[in-house]
Amino acid sequence: MIHRKSVLVTGGSRGLGRALGRVLARGGCRVVLVARELEPLAQAVAEIRAEGGEAHAIAADVADKDAVYAVAGQAAALVGPIDVLVHNASTLGPTPLRLLLDTECEQLERVLQMNLVGPFRLTKALVGPMALRGSGLVVHVSSDAAIEAYPRWGAYGVSKAALDHLGRSFAAELAGTGVRFVSIDPGEMDTAMHAAAMPEADPSTLAQPELIAARIARLIAEPERLQSGARVSAAELPP
Amino acid sequence: MKPATQLPDPRDGVRLLVLDAARARFSDATADELPRWLDPGDVLVVNDAATLPASLHGVTARGDPIELRLLGLPEGARARGVLLGAGDFHTRTEHRPPPPVLEPGAVLWFAELRAQVIARAALSPRLLELDFDREGEALLAALYRLGRPVQYAYHAVQLPLYAFQTVYGGRPWAAEMPSAGRPLSWSSLLALRARGVGVFALTHAAGLSATGDPAIDAALPLPERFEIPETTAAAVARAHAAGARVVAVGTTVVRALEGSAALHGGALQAGTAETDLILDHGSPRRVVDGLLTGMHEPSESHFRLLSAFAPGELLASAHAHAASAGYLSHEFGDSMLILAAPAARSLARPRSGSRRVAAATAGLLAARWG
Repeated sequence: MIHRKSVLVTGGSRGLGRALGRVLARGGCRVVLVARELEPLAQAVAEIRAEGGEAHAIAADVADKDAVYAVAGQAAALVGPIDVLVHNASTLGPTPLRLLLDTECEQLERVLQMNLVGPFRLTKALVGPMALRGSGLVVHVSSDAAIEAYPRWGAYGVSKAALDHLGRSFAAELAGTGVRFVSIDPGEMDTAMHAAAMPEADPSTLAQPELIAARIARLIAEPERLQSGARVSAAELPP
Repeated sequence: MKPATQLPDPRDGVRLLVLDAARARFSDATADELPRWLDPGDVLVVNDAATLPASLHGVTARGDPIELRLLGLPEGARARGVLLGAGDFHTRTEHRPPPPVLEPGAVLWFAELRAQVIARAALSPRLLELDFDREGEALLAALYRLGRPVQYAYHAVQLPLYAFQTVYGGRPWAAEMPSAGRPLSWSSLLALRARGVGVFALTHAAGLSATGDPAIDAALPLPERFEIPETTAAAVARAHAAGARVVAVGTTVVRALEGSAALHGGALQAGTAETDLILDHGSPRRVVDGLLTGMHEPSESHFRLLSAFAPGELLASAHAHAASAGYLSHEFGDSMLILAAPAARSLARPRSGSRRVAAATAGLLAARWG
């Protein structure tokens, strides 16, 4: 049952996050989209509202420590306690992608802040109330690069591997509380991020984010289909 | 007793003074040992209100500096708050200069956020109802960008909003942190549940603890809104039926639970209401058998509430012990668990002389606004 669930999606202004917000709102969810830039975010919200869905925008950088409780507080004020948290925002690090030996330490730190520490902070702020109520779901948007070591994808891959393990560790610690964690590898999609990483790729060979979003939305509707802490690829999920 | 000026790390490492009223004794422990003082079947009720950035610094239309401390989350563009004069938390509230007296229609500016005074309370002209120039997402974004958590003079530096949150707070209703729950870690909460102690929530809009305005301070706590979920009301009923204890985390939880019972002929009922209930030694306790709270001075109004749970002599000797043993007070300080015997719970009908409990926010309080 997805109807009336309150869902917060980071990286909600573009690509998969935007598509997911739209699909969830069509299913009757109350959606909060978080992203750094207000303008594309406001467009994403307007798109959902034009279809009769409920969506709200919070402009914030999930890597900003001081923004975390502001995001959590605003979101709960807008849609009530958050039932589902989707950590979708992420950064590749510097593009064109670089070898690790050519990556500055500060660039790796920035990737880890955005892709790992930011999600950890937001989870800390939002999962406490979920555990108290006895239900909740946290979705980590992962990547093939979390499993396979591809040259030039090191900073991103390290952050996603750590994010997967963060989900598994939370799942182990919160077993029995009703709060579930799942990592989803969406696969290659036709998004701005993919174009930045692999500009030579032919977009027609890539999945549309709407298709992947629909699969993730079905999982959000029935999270008990997966064990907490599991990692799946979107291709394995029913369409 | 000295105020705690450092954030305790870990949060459950603070000291815990346990008062057993039935056995008329007390002992020293630490907050992470809480689970061993409660029994399977007991129910712990916490306030899941998150702390708002309720302090806004601004200027009047004439340019006089002021601080507005919100009493709670705005409804639409409307909010209630207390006005303080120039200065900030570094000065004790009672030493702050009074703010200019504002008439309805007066305008306040908080950076680019504008608010107009709609009404002043009969209690004090500093207690205002305001209309902001925006609502919803835009107002929330401005409040969270411009607002700071309410602090007091015993802190040397401005602390971030996250310092004023419990590990389970989620609903942004509280003008100040429901601080009795701050020493609860998830390690403790999961240990409690593993032991068979129920951990349940309600939401209570914890208000300001001091304003520096004698008229307002004498009337604190002001009526506060609360919401009790069905699951919590049912858990309390089960505990009582089984002869187990209901332990409130903080005076806000006591006010909500006993306020609800007072409103419904002695029985706790799920739902939303507003209470101005103030408990003291003469009050019948209908719901709550124990209290986890911060350390309070006998001069504070909070201390009066403690006397509903334990005899004054025991409280006085426990306080003297805590003071000499160096226990710390205020929101980052040490804790006290007071356990009254369940049999002490009064099943008496509400007294006609007990304080009014308003069923709706639009009741008597609204009538007092001019």
